Amino acid sequence: MAPEDFNYSQRKDHFEGVDFYELDELLTEEQKMVRLAVRDFVKKEISPYIEKWAQETHFPQEIVKKMGQLGVFGSYLPTEYGGGGLDYTSYGLMMQEIERGDSGMRSTASVQSSLVMYPIYAFGTEVQRKKYLPKLSSGEWLGCFGLTEPDHGSNPAGMQSRFKDMGDHFLLNGSKMWISNSPKADLALVWAKDENDRIHGLLLERGMEGFSTPETHNKWSLRASCTGELVFDNVKVPKENLLPGKSGLGAPLMCLDSARYGIAWGAIGAAMDCYHTALTYSKQRVQFGKPIAAFQLTQKKLSEMLTEITKAQVLAWRLGQLMDKGKASTTQISMAKRNNVAMALEVARECRQILGGMGITGDFSIMRHMMNLESVLTYEGTHDIHLLILGQHITGIPSFS
Amino acid sequence: MNILVCITHVPDTTSRIQFTDNNTKFDKSGVQFIIGPYDDYALARAVELRDQSGGKLTVLNVGEAETEPTLRKALAIGADEAVRINADPVDSLFVARQIAHHAKEGAYDLILMGRESIDFNGGMVHGMVGELLGMPSISPVMKLDIEGDKAVLSREIEGGKEFLEVNLPFIAGCQEPIAEWKIPNMRGIMSARTKPLNVIEPKEAEKAAEVKAYALPPAKGEVKLIEKENVEELVRLLNTEAKVL
Ligand SMILES: Cc1cc2nc3c(=O)[nH]c(=O)nc-3n(C[C@H](O)[C@H](O)[C@H](O)COP(=O)(O)OP(=O)(O)OC[C@H]3O[C@@H](n4cnc5c(N)ncnc54)[C@H](O)[C@@H]3O)c2cc1C
Repeated sequence: MAPEDFNYSQRKDHFEGVDFYELDELLTEEQKMVRLAVRDFVKKEISPYIEKWAQETHFPQEIVKKMGQLGVFGSYLPTEYGGGGLDYTSYGLMMQEIERGDSGMRSTASVQSSLVMYPIYAFGTEVQRKKYLPKLSSGEWLGCFGLTEPDHGSNPAGMQSRFKDMGDHFLLNGSKMWISNSPKADLALVWAKDENDRIHGLLLERGMEGFSTPETHNKWSLRASCTGELVFDNVKVPKENLLPGKSGLGAPLMCLDSARYGIAWGAIGAAMDCYHTALTYSKQRVQFGKPIAAFQLTQKKLSEMLTEITKAQVLAWRLGQLMDKGKASTTQISMAKRNNVAMALEVARECRQILGGMGITGDFSIMRHMMNLESVLTYEGTHDIHLLILGQHITGIPSFS
Repeated sequence: MNILVCITHVPDTTSRIQFTDNNTKFDKSGVQFIIGPYDDYALARAVELRDQSGGKLTVLNVGEAETEPTLRKALAIGADEAVRINADPVDSLFVARQIAHHAKEGAYDLILMGRESIDFNGGMVHGMVGELLGMPSISPVMKLDIEGDKAVLSREIEGGKEFLEVNLPFIAGCQEPIAEWKIPNMRGIMSARTKPLNVIEPKEAEKAAEVKAYALPPAKGEVKLIEKENVEELVRLLNTEAKVL
């Protein structure tokens, strides 16, 4: 069967969602409207082009403004700063739908919302909020978040980027690596240590002298999202660009909580897309005189996937409730991020098998999702680091070092 | 300008159609309802016209409480207020009468709706509303601009297009490409929370028609593929099996 004979393809996106446990009953009409709006947006603006973008490692910069118009950036921040005033469950549903289209597109949205807008809102001055948030929410500006360094990934506390107080400005030196959006970002939120070894957030605008953003090439993952470095060579940062509200490693970790929460939902989107593709394919692909969906081994795969997707949905929904009550803990978020991303990656691999050889092509979304999810498994705290976070919570004994 | 857009609340085009109660009722369980696609185009154009010239955009549906999410979506897309006429939309004349009653009070400059719904595909309501209000009613309108107190529009006719000018107020049954349908943005969804949605009781409640039963079309038969060299076999099958020759 050639891909054009198969009536599901990204060019005709018939995705409908998976809801085996009737969880839709737990959503408000407004949340369902949010989900449908973003789903329609993905079908119109992402699905028809994503395979090409990913094959050509093209980051579609125009999508940033379109997402801004849709209102996915900072949707849970107050409207006076250009936010949407929506709840966390709505934010989760948005991330689910965008990642259903592509994890790279979701990364762009997560970084902008949770890692750039959220800290400016939470730790910034009123002037900083007014200056940056409306531009970021409309998509006029793209932001990035620099925490990871070449020698400090899982252990950001050891970071070497530093700034010195020069009286009328700060002087920043160091570098960051693996930074989503960096090559195209207008604004970088950079975490660096002061002379007392205390971590602070600094806002760097593109064009500042000594500040460059080289792109990272040859990725097999998140190919439609751009990733790069941030290099600071004696960058003079105005003093008013420091986020005064919070310092120490806790500040960036708070941002990560919000982003990881979105990832817990996003991964379900990628899993549902793979499941939807494999289910449709298995009913149409005939071998040994039967659709392959008729074989017990295929049914086992599909049944287990549906079970795992459903469990992940319950986890995400409940976590959304806790987020809205302001009660979700870092460890609860770790559990959901870790479980749901690993679930999605497993689902993608099983779905890839169901599609046989066809599963490895760019005519279907599965292998792209699978490769994307390898990054999602690693960023925002690796799969293993989240185990250690949970382990510390359970035993009271940190085992990081 | 004061615009009224009448929208239907219909099953999504991909829904599985089933009946209950001895094939007299449509089975709504598990069915996703949407704004009728042609109504969605009408609404999108109305939002653009309202944005150009100011005024008020009201969206109306004749339906029971279950249609309110559909009206909220229309508010999220950009309507200023919504009216639900609280009745089961049993037949076209009944619906047209409800719309006409409301429109008489509303002094609308323009009444837009889809060329037809996609559940019963009657395509009659706009004509009936025109008759009841004594206004011109034009369908299917594919392009619509307002110039002063006139509308300039084009309409699809058999094998071509017709270009028309008509005085306001009038009624249009719309279809693509009158506007590109709009996805509500998050700000729209938020503001839809607080926009008014007024429920009014139907005026003349008698029904003009009643559904006795529904039936599904016969299931599609299997496809037989015949090699292109084998025309004789094709002719034989058309004769003996399909019995169309
Ligand atoms: C595509 C992509 C986009 C990214 N975007 C951003 C971004 O926008 N901003 C940003 O700041 N960062 C970003 N990152 C960086 C990401 O967060 C890091 O890659 C991640 O934290 C892991 O760090 P590392 O790659 O240095 O791996 P390492 O920390 O070197 O880890 C390597 C392995 O060792 C394991 N390991 C490490 N320490 C321990 C331990 N104590 N016990 C047991 N196992 C351990 C890890 O689990 C992992 O399996 C991105 C990464 C990718 C791939």
